[in-house]
Amino acid sequence: MKPADGSATQTGPAGAGPPAVEIDGLAFAYPDGRQVLFGVDLVIARGERVAVLGPNGAGKTTLMLHLNGILTAGAGSIRIEGLAVAGPKMREIRRRVGLVFQDPDDQLFMPTVGQDVAFGPANLGLRGPELAERVAEALSAVGLAGYADRAPHHLSLGERRRAAVATVLAMRPDVLVLDEPSANLDPAGRRELAEVLGGLDLTLIMVTHDLPYALQLCARSVILDQGVIAADGSTAVLLSNEELMSAHRLELPFGFNPRHVLTDSRGVMP
Amino acid sequence: MGGMHVLDPYQPGRSVLHAMPAQCKIVAALGYVICVVVTPITAGWAFLAHLLVLVTLCAVARLRALLVVRRLALELPFLAFAAALPFVVPGPRVEVLGLGLSRPGLEQAFGLLARATLGLMTVIVLAATTPARDLLVGLERLRLPPVIIAVASFMIRYAGLVVGQMRRMAVARRSRGHEARSLRATGVLAASLGTLFIRSYERGERVHLAMLARGYSGTLPGALPTAAPRPAQWTLAGGLIAFGATVAVVARNAGLGLL
Repeated sequence: MKPADGSATQTGPAGAGPPAVEIDGLAFAYPDGRQVLFGVDLVIARGERVAVLGPNGAGKTTLMLHLNGILTAGAGSIRIEGLAVAGPKMREIRRRVGLVFQDPDDQLFMPTVGQDVAFGPANLGLRGPELAERVAEALSAVGLAGYADRAPHHLSLGERRRAAVATVLAMRPDVLVLDEPSANLDPAGRRELAEVLGGLDLTLIMVTHDLPYALQLCARSVILDQGVIAADGSTAVLLSNEELMSAHRLELPFGFNPRHVLTDSRGVMP
Repeated sequence: MGGMHVLDPYQPGRSVLHAMPAQCKIVAALGYVICVVVTPITAGWAFLAHLLVLVTLCAVARLRALLVVRRLALELPFLAFAAALPFVVPGPRVEVLGLGLSRPGLEQAFGLLARATLGLMTVIVLAATTPARDLLVGLERLRLPPVIIAVASFMIRYAGLVVGQMRRMAVARRSRGHEARSLRATGVLAASLGTLFIRSYERGERVHLAMLARGYSGTLPGALPTAAPRPAQWTLAGGLIAFGATVAVVARNAGLGLL
């Protein structure tokens, strides 16, 4: 279980430059001594959509907080588009990696949605018309154009979650990381969010317990269990492997069969 | 997580002090603090005696010295004030290391330091040996108004949640490139605190509704019955106060005799 400190020189797909995310032997323990990650290796190419699956307490959220340097690796390294997550470049890292937290109320704290969406780009130094343009662009990307002057606590949960996505999109990230994006949404809110996420042209990492959602949005999945990547492959293949699934406390909803979904939609989810 | 001891200072253990019912400990702690406060500051030996008592209590409760010292750091802001006293209080001057310091100022500074430290140590022992819920039961047994008990119990229940929420909001802010360094950050912090306030207020309303839904009608039911204190435990608590009072009275008389 020791973190590997060998320097794997993996690169992304041929000719695509450095991969979007490159995690190498990442280990981490909280200050109270509880070790959560035991050597995570993961390479995600640009434009890929990856679901991170795993039981509660597997270290999914901890891993996510490493991607933009909120937590600092105890051992190992992380690079975002070739840039190491460490030291003085943290502002650029936080621009490149947008985190959307599970509870949108943690993210939305300004009196209006517009002000909140402006918060990130303003931190990057944008002002005036350029800032306004970013806000409008981000809000319309999540289907919330015209919501700029609304107060977050007057929105539905689905709208708030999309607003939270907008607050991050406004920073024009290269990598979008979402923690349980579908949690507690009603079916319509779920679908609306899926449409927004499916239409984005960036690298997407989704931490989730919602396996159908992972299958719908992400071609590739990794299973994180006990602080290591336990499986990595096509979402459809992983979800169809009952033995693997039950070994990691992953369960499909009653009546859901990934094979049927796939045959219905010719191998790719609409 | 570090720094949580303000919210949950209890240290599990099986000492005599842990076993003592909360109401005995509350009375003893309050009584002893009063004894410390009325001890005249001119009697240095009396404070030494008080200190000895409290160190003994810490030892009986098996509290680690480092833990007690770290929690004592809470009084540091007050000590800064005490340190200023010898320079600003008017009165006869004494020479200390080439500095002309005010004698009454020095005495007052010592008094503040000694009383704050001893008072805080008393509270540290009380809080470290008594779980928060037992403190509430103890206060209820001591016939404190139920409204105050209810407010205190809600505070204990929800303080942790509010702090957790505050932390998550801070992480979300930092993730969007915010760095609380310049004065301009205060506006952002103010907005966060405002939101936190509204959300806590709304949570209060939801909690109230949930209470109403379970038949709440303005009075909280009493605490579950707990073991009544044994006479020996009251004697121990009383003995502690008696000792503190004796030290205070003797110190006071000695001080009068000197005059």
